[in-house]
Amino acid sequence: MSGSYYVPAASHWPIAAVVAIALMAVGAGNELAYGRGGMLLVFGLLGIMWVIFHWFADVVRESRAGLYDEQMDRSFRQGMGWFIFSEVMFFAAFFGTLFYVRAFALPWLDGEGAKGITALLWPDFTASWPLMSPPSSEVKGPTGTVDPWHLPLINTVLLISSSVTLTLAHHALKVDKRFTCLNWLGLTLVLGAVFLVVQGIEYVEAYQQLGLTLQAGIYGGTFFLLTGFHGIHVTLGAIILAVMWLRLMNGHFSGHQHFGFEAAAWYWHFVDVVWIGLFLFVYVF
Amino acid sequence: MQMQTEHAHEPPRGWMRWLLTTNHKEIGSLYLLFSLAMLFVGGIMALIIRAELFQPGLQLIQPEFFNQMTTMHGLIMVFGAVMPAFVGLANWMIPLQIGAPDMALPRLNNFSFWLLPIAFGLLLSTLWMEGGGPNFGWTFYAPLSTTYAPPSTSFFILSIHIAGISSILGAINIIATIFNMRTPGMRLMDMSLFVWTWLITAFLLVAVMPVLAGVVTMMLLDINFGTSFFNAAGGGDPVLFQHLFWFFGHPEVYIMILPAFGIVSLIVPTFARKRLFGYRSMVYATASIAILSFTVWAHHMFTVGLPLAAQLFFMYMTMLIAVPTGVKVFNWIATLFRGSISFEVPMLFALAFIVQFTIGGLSGVMLAIVPADYQYHDTYFVVAHFHYVLVPGALFAIIAGVYYWLPKWTGFYPSESLGKLHFWLSVIGVNLTFFPMHFSGLAGMPRRIPDYALQFADFNMVSSLGAFIFGLSQILLLIVIYRCVKGGKPAPAKPWEGAEGLEWTVPSPAPLHTFEQPPVFDPQRDSPSRA
Ligand code: HEM
Ligand SMILES: [Cu+2]
Repeated sequence: MSGSYYVPAASHWPIAAVVAIALMAVGAGNELAYGRGGMLLVFGLLGIMWVIFHWFADVVRESRAGLYDEQMDRSFRQGMGWFIFSEVMFFAAFFGTLFYVRAFALPWLDGEGAKGITALLWPDFTASWPLMSPPSSEVKGPTGTVDPWHLPLINTVLLISSSVTLTLAHHALKVDKRFTCLNWLGLTLVLGAVFLVVQGIEYVEAYQQLGLTLQAGIYGGTFFLLTGFHGIHVTLGAIILAVMWLRLMNGHFSGHQHFGFEAAAWYWHFVDVVWIGLFLFVYVF
Repeated sequence: MQMQTEHAHEPPRGWMRWLLTTNHKEIGSLYLLFSLAMLFVGGIMALIIRAELFQPGLQLIQPEFFNQMTTMHGLIMVFGAVMPAFVGLANWMIPLQIGAPDMALPRLNNFSFWLLPIAFGLLLSTLWMEGGGPNFGWTFYAPLSTTYAPPSTSFFILSIHIAGISSILGAINIIATIFNMRTPGMRLMDMSLFVWTWLITAFLLVAVMPVLAGVVTMMLLDINFGTSFFNAAGGGDPVLFQHLFWFFGHPEVYIMILPAFGIVSLIVPTFARKRLFGYRSMVYATASIAILSFTVWAHHMFTVGLPLAAQLFFMYMTMLIAVPTGVKVFNWIATLFRGSISFEVPMLFALAFIVQFTIGGLSGVMLAIVPADYQYHDTYFVVAHFHYVLVPGALFAIIAGVYYWLPKWTGFYPSESLGKLHFWLSVIGVNLTFFPMHFSGLAGMPRRIPDYALQFADFNMVSSLGAFIFGLSQILLLIVIYRCVKGGKPAPAKPWEGAEGLEWTVPSPAPLHTFEQPPVFDPQRDSPSRA
């Protein structure tokens, strides 16, 4: 180690981000609780996007000016790694919900095991998965479920291929083949975008033809919770990849220095792995 | 000694400096001051509760408001006072103890801190909203917090999200700092126990805060978008809420105690003038506690009707945690054995921690016994248990740390006489408050109730008196800190004779920038685990 540490300079962006988050939270809270505050929410969200853009632009600028040393690079890597771990735990809570409901809550409501007493609540209830008729008649269940071997299968193929094309892009970048990298990365983006479109079509069909909505009992809830948050993450990942594509266009990365690209790739692969879990446990089994 | 060089970027002046700062010492101070403020806000709420409970019957406040007070008190103390205090200490001391110039991600650090005032401003503002603030207890069980909740619950959910983001980012920063910024030559097994316990705590935070975020998100959907996660009518389950909450909640209690273990493990050797007994076993015990803490959560749910196998599993796992905890207590006592002990204020608080935390740990083992818990659950016995681990436990360790490091922060010794007065009043107050709760609980007094049967009157009166003694004596803490910032007996770089560690090699007060060149660290000579 050469001796001196690098310490980044102070910046306005963190506090600006806090202000934007405050606006968003006050707006969202008022909207949800009292049905007013939508404008503030929108302002806050725009503010957050604006700040993120500038904050990252600063970091990119500093990085390109060669200010960061190896140590800073390691900090970024570890930071990103642990951030993805925290996302894994976020999804773990939702998968845990799905497993718990299927393995315990519904059979118990049906009178299974030592918890027979809960069966007295709705004596006619029969447990099943997907749960088409929820215990209480006040909650309307779905009339059909999504066929896993149609749209979801297409989406699985799309996402897995996108992970492959992204890896190919990375390999190209490592040997400084910028043009090849741009192509593979572009293809990855297209695959991601098509995935989102297909997911959108699936949602429309679910709502219009299958009665599968957020309100359709626990099956609808877990379905949209898991696929919805996954979809949000795909959207985010795609935006990050798009930024990487633009940066690449501007000649930002080199074969040995491209952590921004790698971080985006880690995130994309993570989103991909989550999808495989979704495909298996939300759609197929 | 460190060579101090002129720093390249001068800090902005005035109040903007505090908004923009990326300096670990300034951010550490902000965290500590924020936590101090929250301690008093939460403390006032506690005194409102104790004033109402001074006598049976309803005297001062309405039950609706009482419920808001118990809820807010718990939330503020846990998320606003104890956790930020430890993060503040981490910010100040981890870079100093590992020889780093700052935290690994300084801007993120600023961001993490400033999220907190937003989160708690939002939370506190709910008290003035239509329908009142959260009133469902700090554990916010569904359906109390969904079907039957006030409209302001959406604000509560958002504030938990924001505080959670702050914790996760802060924890990531701490992990990256510890793994990445140690001075050359310092191996993991050469780190101070405070750094070790914080590393493990940070891991717990990154692992469980997202689960908390998940569960409040599901609440939000249940309330606003008609899902039925916690509603059996739609096939969901309110008990699912409790599982998710306590999967976060039990590791959370270790988040609030592991750094305390670290602080005590530094202070006891310093004033016993001996090396810590069993450094390695301390590290392994901390790690085992953290791992086990993921397997015990349902001990909070013994009475909701779990299957027998689950009750047995969670009972045994909970009791197992007492083993590594016992290792720690044993090691502290063994460190004291044949030491040449002196009783400065930090040591007094640390010793009181050991005794009183052990009381809380033992009542924990009682609660872990399923059939006994059927009796104790939701009574004041539980309140006594967790206050013993949190107040004379975690909070005493924080205060011990503050007295221990104040000379490093300000350059002056805190007043020994006022400190001792503060200590004795606190010990008396805290035990008067919480010890009788064991008895009122065993006799069956339920928790979270504004009124109670006559036979509990005496115990409650003692508890309320104790609470006011404890609460008012914390004003002494304010005075001590204020005076120590202003002046006092000047402290040398190493103000405590028996202290070890890199933080004592920089001047007191520590200059704004330290260790811009990595300090020399020789494991043979400097490691706390050296032979
Ligand atoms: C030997 C270690 C410990 C054991 C065996 C233990 C056991 C338990 C059990 C079984 C309960 C549930 C009681 C009930 O609700 O009926 C409980 C509650 C609680 N414990 Fe512990 N505990 C231990 C240490 C700690 C520590 C170190 C802390 C915090 C620093 C802590 C904080 C709490 C809190 C906050 C609650 C109550 C939460 C609530 O219902 O509001 N415990 N403990
Ligand atoms: Cu617990």
